[in-house]
Amino acid sequence: MNWSSWILSGFVATLALSTLLATSHGVGLTRLNIPYLLGTFVTPDREKARLYGFIAHLLNGWVFSLLYVFIFQATQRANWWFGLLLGLAHALFSLTVGMSLLPSLHPRMASERHGPVAQRQLEPPGFMALNYGYQTPLSVFLSHAAFGAILGSLYRLV
Amino acid sequence: MPLESAQEFPAIEDYGIIGDCRAAALVSRNGSIDWVCWPRFDSPSIFAALLDRERGGYWKLSPTDPYSVERHYVPGSNVLETRFTIGSGSAVLTDLMPVRDSAHSSMVPDHEILRQLTCTSGELQVQTALVPRANYGEKACRIRELGKLGLRVDCGQGVYWLRSSIPLCVEDSFAFAEATLRAGQTLLFSFSYSEHAPAVLAPLEQVSRRIEICVEWWRQWTAQAQYDGDFRDEVIRSALTLKLLSFTPSGAIIAAPTTSLPEHIGGSLNWDYRYCWLRDASLTVRILLELGYWEEATHFLDWMLHATHLTQPELRVLYTVFGNLAPKERESKVLRGYRGSAPVRIGNAARDHLQLDVYGEVIDAAAQYAFHGGTLDRETQKALIGFGNYVVKHWQLPDQGIWEPRTEPRHHTHSRLLCWTALDRLIDLHNQGKLQRAPIDEYKRHCDAIRREIVGRGWNEIMQSYVSVLDGDQLDSSILLLSWYGFEKPDFPRMQSTYRAIRNKLGTPDGLLYRYEAQPQEGTFAICSFWEAEYLALGGGTTEAANHLLRNLLTYRNDLGLYGEEIEDGTGHALGNFPQAYTHVGLIGAALSLSQRQKGEQQLAHRREGATAQQPHPTVARN
Repeated sequence: MNWSSWILSGFVATLALSTLLATSHGVGLTRLNIPYLLGTFVTPDREKARLYGFIAHLLNGWVFSLLYVFIFQATQRANWWFGLLLGLAHALFSLTVGMSLLPSLHPRMASERHGPVAQRQLEPPGFMALNYGYQTPLSVFLSHAAFGAILGSLYRLV
Repeated sequence: MPLESAQEFPAIEDYGIIGDCRAAALVSRNGSIDWVCWPRFDSPSIFAALLDRERGGYWKLSPTDPYSVERHYVPGSNVLETRFTIGSGSAVLTDLMPVRDSAHSSMVPDHEILRQLTCTSGELQVQTALVPRANYGEKACRIRELGKLGLRVDCGQGVYWLRSSIPLCVEDSFAFAEATLRAGQTLLFSFSYSEHAPAVLAPLEQVSRRIEICVEWWRQWTAQAQYDGDFRDEVIRSALTLKLLSFTPSGAIIAAPTTSLPEHIGGSLNWDYRYCWLRDASLTVRILLELGYWEEATHFLDWMLHATHLTQPELRVLYTVFGNLAPKERESKVLRGYRGSAPVRIGNAARDHLQLDVYGEVIDAAAQYAFHGGTLDRETQKALIGFGNYVVKHWQLPDQGIWEPRTEPRHHTHSRLLCWTALDRLIDLHNQGKLQRAPIDEYKRHCDAIRREIVGRGWNEIMQSYVSVLDGDQLDSSILLLSWYGFEKPDFPRMQSTYRAIRNKLGTPDGLLYRYEAQPQEGTFAICSFWEAEYLALGGGTTEAANHLLRNLLTYRNDLGLYGEEIEDGTGHALGNFPQAYTHVGLIGAALSLSQRQKGEQQLAHRREGATAQQPHPTVARN
């Protein structure tokens, strides 16, 4: 395990992922605002949620990159296309399993079955997060593919 | 689903406004929301039946049977109540856009309209129809039903959600419902918009409480007003309207929330007013300061001086709420216009005009702030000196003038007046130690030169009046502001004869004023009438005359106390974009000056007293 390489490549890949997601939001590809989504786990305050969520997202990215690095080490393969494949698999998992579990995990998210109530008012993502814009899957796949590709190309195996 | 009476436009004054200091909605007397642009005033519309009954989109909520209507704002607030009465019963519809600060928690939709319809007696059948049309009617929106979450409308970058306490039938691009309400029963609706996911969906059980909180927020804001003179209710309503037209995130104040409501029914004088005109700065800051709304005045001044930073020292005529250049003007290919008044314009070509008056208005606004006790920081002083230097270099140029006619530039007397005002105020600021490092000698030289030009070439000896353009023979109501800015005393003979000329030539028998000798024809210009009342209140006439005129002008407001830009001579109907900030500023200003005179208080403290007397007029020998 090359720890220094992980720290650097994980950080760069996470920054790229955040930038791509924010850009996707800015150009209208998706309404998904990951920092807000994550931040509302801990606070209903809109501005604080965005800040906390941004920090949480950076840490998340780093933690997830560790998983990628374990796979690189286990397979002794670290290059951009292998990372890209892992990124696509990661995106698929997040969009299907992750998003379907979100209304159960998120303390402020409403469900289609019960509708919004005082403590749960956030719009649920729906299948593949399509509630957040029909091009949201595209945005998620692209950003995670870039995340994996950057990680795969920057990480140095030991 | 067409409107009940597809071709019938309500009168312009039949609309009321609700808003959240970021965007606004126009609600007709029949309970139809016919104009909404989200997320901000100048965004594309989602409802625009105001400008096209069939293609614009709307959200209606009213009884199904013929009804009579009474409406009012909940006192001290911008929460609108419309009472529908039919033979079998009555119901009250409450409409509002919750102000962000009034939210009881931060977990509220980004942008939202709340509607509550309560049956107060008997029984009545009601209907609602939601017909969204995105981007100025260009795009029908697909509505999806998502169970207990509500109805979702995906349009462009954002998503709209309708939550309702009754189920609606969805037919692809519209939704509707009918219900029977008995005394005590209530229908609740929340229509919201978000560009961020996940959006916040409002639980309907909180609606009534949120309405109370919002009313309280507005009442607290209203309670800050320091005015106890005549016409207090009307002044407060005007202040509330002005607050609705402010954009809280930046401090800007827009001219009106609408585009292309016509100045002449069936004509083409239709403009987009959803931007901020620097022209309005001086009069607006004055009324905010004198009503005691320091926070709003400071915020507005900050916006004006810093949001315009990119173009300084040059100033544009108008800016967006964030200080960007207003979009280029285009004509809608879809919307056919209010009562056939085409085209519907989006954006405003005045953005490229040269209007030299704006420098005086901006500097005068800053001067008022300073003379009322505010501090001008070094950066602001530098900006003001930049404007002053620009005036020194350019005051002799012809420009488009305050009314922005789309004709060749001319040498407008009003523009010269404001160039004089710009330099005069900078000199005053310097003399009072509030402005450092300004080239005062140069300012004085040019200030005197401008004064000589106005009293020489702006005066028509034959007409015995100041005139619209130098060496001209046309009148203009904006000349009444010579006294407002302290150039001429209101009781000075030249000013008195100018006033008589304007009243005779531009006045109507009903006491209204046209702004100029107009071609093509348009309505009388509402703020000009208030300028007339203020001119009388400043000393141009008796307090009784000013009071009488103000009282007469108040008969032209609608049942909610709102004014448009113009008033149709003869019928009294509102014309032009609605409601109009400038008109409401004029009303407040006239009332303030009248009250100050009645109490013997100093009026318009930012002016140098007796400007006329300080500078004797040269003998003018002209044709």
